[in-house]
Amino acid sequence: MTIAQVIFAVISAVVLVSAVLVVASRNIVHAALWLILSLFGVAALFAVLEAGFIAVVQVVIYVGAIATLIIFAIMLTRREMREAGQQTHRWWPLPALLGMALFAGLAWLLVSLPGTGATPPALAGDDPVLLLGQALLSPEQYMLPFEVASVLLLAALVGAIVVAGDTR
Amino acid sequence: MVPLSWYLIVAAALFCLGLYGVLARRNSVAILMGIELMLNAVILNLVAFWRYLEPARMSGQVFAVMVFAVAAAEAAVGLALIISLYRLKRTVVADEADLLRG
Repeated sequence: MTIAQVIFAVISAVVLVSAVLVVASRNIVHAALWLILSLFGVAALFAVLEAGFIAVVQVVIYVGAIATLIIFAIMLTRREMREAGQQTHRWWPLPALLGMALFAGLAWLLVSLPGTGATPPALAGDDPVLLLGQALLSPEQYMLPFEVASVLLLAALVGAIVVAGDTR
Repeated sequence: MVPLSWYLIVAAALFCLGLYGVLARRNSVAILMGIELMLNAVILNLVAFWRYLEPARMSGQVFAVMVFAVAAAEAAVGLALIISLYRLKRTVVADEADLLRG
């Protein structure tokens, strides 16, 4: 194994082990903290993939905003889950079986697919962040989806305030 | 270098773990955490495909940014719904949210 492969294996081991602890830990606060570690690991994988902007956005949005939001929601609703000892419903072996079958199928498909053993081509001379900014804001590429996404985000946040706000 | 299939297999494992979390957990917040894991697996796939197959065009990263925006919207609305449900029924267990049952 080369050094890049060792780094990749260590990061993915961190990601997958903490993801297992997210879905398996009985304490919901611990699950949220493992989720943060898993999201950090995915950000590190983005950095290994030379997608620097995506790695920074992952840390800012997922670790900074979404994980904080989840911890707030746990703090606001926690009393309930302390005493409800059982964290999974009684049919839990069925999803476990489904997940393992799906993973086995996907792994078989990915290994047998041609071209997945490729090594990455070298990045072109231009800065990827520059290219991404141009792609997001040029009218002939992705400006319309970008604006629609911003409207969606605004509508979702207004909706969240309406839904969670105190209406009395 | 690392072959593309390694990234895809890690993303598939992450997706399946998230799927298990969504289907098996009782706590709504834990279900949302499973959804976040699944969305992260999708983003990892998109970025890996961008890097290995089309590094000259930015489509993969643009789609990843879109998934980030949708994930943020989903988390905000989902957690608002959970807090609203908790106000109403004093529970966050998904099985006990049966207000629409006839």
